[in-house]
Order: sequence, then structure tokens, then C-alpha cells
Amino acid sequence: MTEPTIYELSSPGRLGVRYPDPDVPLTPLPTEFVRDSLPLPELSEPDVIRHFTKLSTLNYSVDRGLYPLGSCTMKYNPKVNEEAARLPGFALTHPLQPEETVQGNLALMYELQEWLKEISGFAGVSLQPAAGAQGEFTGVMIIRAYHKSRGDTKRTKILIPDSAHGTNPATSAMSGYQVVNLPTDSNGNVDLDALKNVLDDQVAGLMLTNPNTLGLFDVNVVEVNRLVHEAGGLVYGDGANLNALLGIARPGDLGFDVMHFNLHKTFSTPHGGGGPGSGPVAVAKHLVDFLPGPIVDIVEEGTEEEPPLYGFCMPAKSIGRVKSFFGHFGVMVRAYVYISMHGPEGLRSIAEHAVLNANYLLARLRKTYKIPYDRICMHEFVAEGRWEDAPGIRALDIAKRLIDYDFHPPTNYFPLIVHEALMIEPTETESKQTLDRFADALIKIAEEAHQSPELLKEAPHNTPVRRLDEVKAAKDLVLCCWIPENQ
Amino acid sequence: MFIPHTDPERAQMLQTIGVKSLEELFKDVPEAYRYPQLNLPPALSEMEAIAQATSLSQANEHARELICFLGAGAYNHYIPAAVDMLLRRGEFYTAYTPYQPEISQGTLQAIFEYQSLITALTGMDISNASHYDGATATAEAGVMAYHYFRGRRNKIVVSPSVHPQYRATLKTYLAGYESLHIVGDEAEVDPLSTPDHLLNQLDVNTALVIVQHPDFFGRIFDYTALAKAAHEVGALVAVVVNPLSLGLLKPPGQFGADIVVGEGQPLGIPLSFGGPYLGIFATRSEYAHKISGRLVGETVDVAGNKGYVLTLTAREQHIKREKATSNICTNQGLMALASAIYLSLLGKSGLRKVAELCYQKAHYAAEEIGAIPGYSLCVNAPFFHEFVVCCPKDVAEVNEHLLEHGILGGYDLGRDYPSLRNHMLIAVTEMNTREEIDLLCEALQEVSHD
Repeated sequence: MTEPTIYELSSPGRLGVRYPDPDVPLTPLPTEFVRDSLPLPELSEPDVIRHFTKLSTLNYSVDRGLYPLGSCTMKYNPKVNEEAARLPGFALTHPLQPEETVQGNLALMYELQEWLKEISGFAGVSLQPAAGAQGEFTGVMIIRAYHKSRGDTKRTKILIPDSAHGTNPATSAMSGYQVVNLPTDSNGNVDLDALKNVLDDQVAGLMLTNPNTLGLFDVNVVEVNRLVHEAGGLVYGDGANLNALLGIARPGDLGFDVMHFNLHKTFSTPHGGGGPGSGPVAVAKHLVDFLPGPIVDIVEEGTEEEPPLYGFCMPAKSIGRVKSFFGHFGVMVRAYVYISMHGPEGLRSIAEHAVLNANYLLARLRKTYKIPYDRICMHEFVAEGRWEDAPGIRALDIAKRLIDYDFHPPTNYFPLIVHEALMIEPTETESKQTLDRFADALIKIAEEAHQSPELLKEAPHNTPVRRLDEVKAAKDLVLCCWIPENQ
Repeated sequence: MFIPHTDPERAQMLQTIGVKSLEELFKDVPEAYRYPQLNLPPALSEMEAIAQATSLSQANEHARELICFLGAGAYNHYIPAAVDMLLRRGEFYTAYTPYQPEISQGTLQAIFEYQSLITALTGMDISNASHYDGATATAEAGVMAYHYFRGRRNKIVVSPSVHPQYRATLKTYLAGYESLHIVGDEAEVDPLSTPDHLLNQLDVNTALVIVQHPDFFGRIFDYTALAKAAHEVGALVAVVVNPLSLGLLKPPGQFGADIVVGEGQPLGIPLSFGGPYLGIFATRSEYAHKISGRLVGETVDVAGNKGYVLTLTAREQHIKREKATSNICTNQGLMALASAIYLSLLGKSGLRKVAELCYQKAHYAAEEIGAIPGYSLCVNAPFFHEFVVCCPKDVAEVNEHLLEHGILGGYDLGRDYPSLRNHMLIAVTEMNTREEIDLLCEALQEVSHD
């Protein structure tokens, strides 16, 4: 089933929305600057509603079912968050309004900063970064600014475990650093001996994801952080997997210097088909002055009758701005409501049930799928999508076959250190019944892989389109619809 | 609420795992750091939480209670009801980036259509799936140019009339490239100078020239000569746009732009106190392999049916790791969808109409304000829907008075440009009625009389 494009649906002369005529005397247009043609489609409102409604039905979503993408934390997105973000007092405020007219926004941002500090064990937070990747960039630029401020200019390297997400090395390179890969030991922790071998006075820092992308809590994390500090480096914590640690442990207490949050993972804000996210950055005391700004602070203490007066401040040695205005405020509102509905016990319960769900799936699948680093996991685990006695079957085939069972597949081919990786993160919002159906499907698929492998190879069978030719897409690059000329 | 587990289910699951309690699952966490006491307010029910949020929201004054003449990169436009109705579909907003194309055709086709609309609007050959906002899209243009010349050209020329926050973001993004210099917007340069002043900055070390259209002060220039001069020394040209203005104005493709970036917020995205917005990034087809960010391409499935996939992924961080030129993983998916819906609804005549309304109302306002004693227009070029007014007093003081009349005044340019103290940037959109503009004029007149 395919849906025509908006250009194919267009019919000259149609209009989807009408505007009033000008109520002011007319000024001549600057003719030398006026365009001759504007090749946009022409549709009625019902055309547009039906077109995009049909497109929406071609998507899988969290509202439809389990979305077990490892390290993506595709948890349920509470509906009240959507209502809150659309309150006119939030949605219709201009970012450059006088501060006294937006005290509600500033209070919300201030409290969210305070809550994130408390949850993570850090001394300062900037809400500005737009997404996790931008939070990472911000964090590494803070590390860079810190060393520079101390006149320590010889530090040119960033250490990154081989299990890390691709954004970690890409971020380091963007920030002007050379990347040094660190091996993982046989238990899935950072290899301590290898770490000791590479630590020297040229190391600016380490980027560490904990729990790591194998879903394992690094049992040496405190020692790892101590060793890096001893060599004069700083430790960046990738907050992608914070869902496992809410109320369980605080990265700041474990010795991390800086980390980012993903409000769209841990704090339930929707992924939006690929954004907007929000990637606030938290830092320990010695890095507070380097945060990007402006950030919200109390400029005049409150009294019993009056709330405090909030305002924006630029940290003293700030790395500067990483985007316009103050960050993804609409996303912050959703995260604020989510945290306020959980409180300390509720947050701990999130982590406990996320970890319970992952371990339950792991226990149910252990006999059928090889688990290369098999121990109690945190919120996710990694299985191998291959069997010696089912030649030709790859993780991709298992993923595609899962679609036939009406599940979104897990992350595959990541982390790179596991062959044919299937990285499974169920999140806390899935029930035992859903997990059982998912485990049953994966067990059935393993049987099929041995008995009727073509079912996997040809999957998915009942989707709007079948397996797509990605080589053709890259070779015959078509990046936009045919746009009629001379419109 | 959101965690469905009952006590018996929890017990069964623990038994299957082979542990006695939830606590046993966390024994890898060093005991000394386990279970910190979090000092957070106790949990609220849904009705309490929304009441608390509502109360905070009511502590604000917003652009529909006030009469808004504030722009400077974020604009108060009408958003047709159909836009948000579609965005609220869970199939769109609770999906993730389209890793599995067979079950993500809705998101993929919508992005493909977004790319097509942006291509049409900007007059370029291709658009990516979007960046975070106008500021980061501008910064990514700088990064792209740096890598395009493999670091051998060490200068980026940027006009002082590019949005101050975009220039600041560009500087942060490029701080890691130590050999690179950004010139053209130094403090001593007159911010209201015309594009000619950039010509003498161009040389064979110039990687990129960045200008804005309409510029931060609302002015419209023909950048053809500048682009030609830049191309003569082999440099690339990036133009920052307000996409809504392109409903009326010539697209930068016609000036010779190589890259067009901009803030997509005017295309159906609420003000929302500055975000989430939409970073537009379009370029010529020869740079397809050089741009960062997601791209959606058309292809066919095994049965020969048309479909869409993420393409040219070999450029991206998950494959190239430290050799990638950007770490971006996703795009601004839902915001790109919003703008695609908005542009589909307005179409060619609707967008032109909105752009003309903005233009006409802004020119009426400028005419009226320019006639008020004590105020003078600071306009040395044609303008779109924003213009600079020199006020008789400090802008903050003027705005305080306007606020008493329920008017959200213009942007205080002195905050970014010391030489423009007492200068206000006023934005007028289709939302402003003649009556509102007249009220603004009356209130401004009162200030000069005080």
C-alpha cells in the first residue's frame, strides 16, 4: 500500500486555509525582490488531513505496542504531558519577553534544573542542549574549556570504550580531540589494565556510558573514574542509560564530572519520529562556570508572601551558546510534569521495573539465544542473533521477522563488539503479558530459523512495503518529489 | 499509572529470573552509593500535576493576551487547527527515528515531502531532514565548509546582521577547530552596514560567507554580487533565511547561494518560549555527500513498490564514528512534520498571502511609527516584516510602558549591539490588526511625551 505524495495530490487552485484581506493601506512590493514562481502544492484541508492520517497509519509507534530499541528507552509517553506543553501560558510565550512576564517558565526551568541536579548528584545543570548528541558535544567542550582555563594545553586525547555509541567518538572529533579506543574485558567492564596503559598527561578525559551498551553496570566504575582523575583527566558520563539508575545510584556520587540527560528517554517525553529531544547537561562543582548559558537562577530571594524573582544568567567562563534561546522548553514542560508525578519513590520504581523487565526477558530467552556477557543486567541486554546450526540467518532477519509478529524489532548491529547483536530494552511500562508474547515470538522465530529459514529471509510479509533496496536509494539519489516547474 | 506490574506478577518474574527481591538485581552497584535519598517533592496525581503546571503557566503573560510586536528570530503566526490535530496522532509523535523502514513509511514519506517543500521554497536542489534550529543549522554550514576544504581554508566571513545567537552558536561549534577564524562581525563594524563591507574580507583562505535574508534587522538585499565575489575566490556562500518570507521573496538559490539554512519556526510551530523549533538546511546536489544530518531517499522494495529509506548513512556517526563530521543522530522530526503540514495547507497562494500580509502590515506600522515625533526609522534598504526604530528613550523603558498597555514591544538591539542603544526591532505579522498597530503608535507617542 502506498500513498501518493502531496505533489501528486495537488490540484491547481485548491486552498487549505484562507486568510483575511489586508486591513491597512497597501505599500508597493519591492518588485526586484519578488519571486516569479512558488512551486508549492495546492490542497484542501480534507486532502491534507486524509493524506497525513494515512501516512500515520503506516507507522509503528509506542502507542501501538512494544518498541524494545536498546539504549533508546522507548517508554510510554503520558498524555497529560502533551496537555501541559500546550497550555497557552507555555506554548504562546515568546523567548525574548521581559523576564518579569515569564516567571512561570523560569520557575519551571529552575525547578527542573534543581531536580535534575538532585537525581544525578551534580552541582549545576544547563537545559540548553537540544538532544543527547548535543549534550555530549556540550560536555566535551566543557572538558576542553576546563583544561584550557588551567593552561593545560597538551591534553589532546579522549578515551572511549569499544562498546560506546557512535556519537561518542564523533563528538570527540568534532571537539578537536583524537580518539583512543579502550577494550572491554571478558565480563563486559572497561578493561582496567588497558586503561592504566593509555592514561597519561595527554588524556583530556574518558567518555563512559554506565550502565554500558551491553546493559551492564561497570563494577569498576568508581576505580575507573579515580584512575582518570589521578591522571588529570575528567570523566564524561553518557546519560543514555540513566533509566536504570533513577533512585538507585547518582553518577555525580560515582565520580563522574559531567553528564547529559535525555529527557526523551529517561523522562518520557515523546521521540516524535526522530525529535525533538532534549539533552540537558549536568556538571560537578569545578565545572559549573563553564556551562552553556543562559541558565535560570534566583535573582531575588522570595519571602513568605512573594515567590522568588527568577532571571537568566551567563556562567562566568561559559563555553557559550549551543543553540538559540534556552533549549527545548516544550520538552522541559513534559519532563517536569513527569518527574512531579513520580517523586523519589516513583523514580526508583521506574528503574527497578525497567531492570526487572530486562532480566525477565533475559531469563526467558537465555536458552534460545546466546548471551555473550551473561550476568544480571540492568535495563537492557544484548543477545546474538545467529546460530551455528542455522547458517545464513542474521540478526537483521530476526528483526524483520519480529515485525510479522507485530513487534518493533530491537536495536541491531550495535554494540559493535557483539556479533549480530540484538540489543533489547523493554522499559518499565511493559507488562508481563506483553513481555511473554514478545519472548514467545522470539522463541518461535528461533525455531523457524532452523526449520523454515525462508520465513525470516523474506520477512516482513504484511507491511505496507517489503524490504527496501537501500543500495539503490544511495546510488540513484532521489531526495525530493518531482516538483513541477513554472508554477 | 504507567508501570503495569501487580504484586503476583512481580513475584513470578523474580522467580523466573531466580532472585528473591528487586534489590538483588542491583548488587553490581557499589553498596556505599546504592539507594541515595532523593530530596524531591512527593509524587502528585495527574490532576494535581496538571493543576500545578497550569498555575505556573498562568504566572506568565503570553503572546495572545498581549499584543505582540516581538520577533528577532521567533514569530507569532497563525497556526491552522489542522496542524496540531495531526501532530497529536500517537502514530507520529510516539514513533522513533525510522530505523525499520517497513514500519516507518509514514515518518519517512513525511520527511521526504518536507525535504521537497524546503527544496521548492529555497530554490536549492536538496534539503536534509532538518537540524535542531536555525542557530545549529547555521553552525553546521560552517562545519560543512570547513570539512569541504579539508581544513585548508581557515576563514569564515559572517555578516554582523546575521542573528547574534546564530553567530554565537557558530563560534561555539567551531571552537574545536583551532586554526579557523571567524571575521566580519567584529564589534567595531557598523551592524547596519550593507553587504558590500564584506567584499574586502574575501580571499583564497575564505571557506564560507554567511549572510541573512531578510537579515536580522529585517532588511532585504540582493546578494548576487557578494556571492559572485565569493565564488571567484572559491568560497562557499550560505544564506540564513526566514522561510516564511520566501512565500514572497526571491529564494537565495537565485542569488547564487550554495547553502541555505534557517529557522523553520514561522512554518506552523508555536513560540513555546524558544523551542523546540526547526533547523532548515538545503544545498546544491553536488554537496549531497558533504552535508550532515539525516536524509530520506526514494527507492523500491523487493516487489518493486515505491518506498522511502534513510540514505547516505555512510556519512553518519554510527558508521563513521570519529571520522563523521557531525554527531547528529536524528532530526527535528515532529517539527519537520508540522512545517510540512503547514506548507501543504497554505500551499502556493496561502504562503504568498501570509507573506504579503506581514509585509503590508509591517510597512503600515513603519510609516505610522516614523511619523511620531521622537521616533525615527533606521531603515536603509527594503524590508520584509521587521524594521529598526530609534527611540527617544532606553528600549527597556519604552517596553515597560508598552506592557502597561498590554503590548509586547520590540527587541532591544542594544543587548547585542552596543552602538544600537535605544534601537528597537519591531516585528509585525498577519496576526496584528490595524487597530493593534494604531494602539502601539498611541502608546509609543505617550512615551515620548513623558
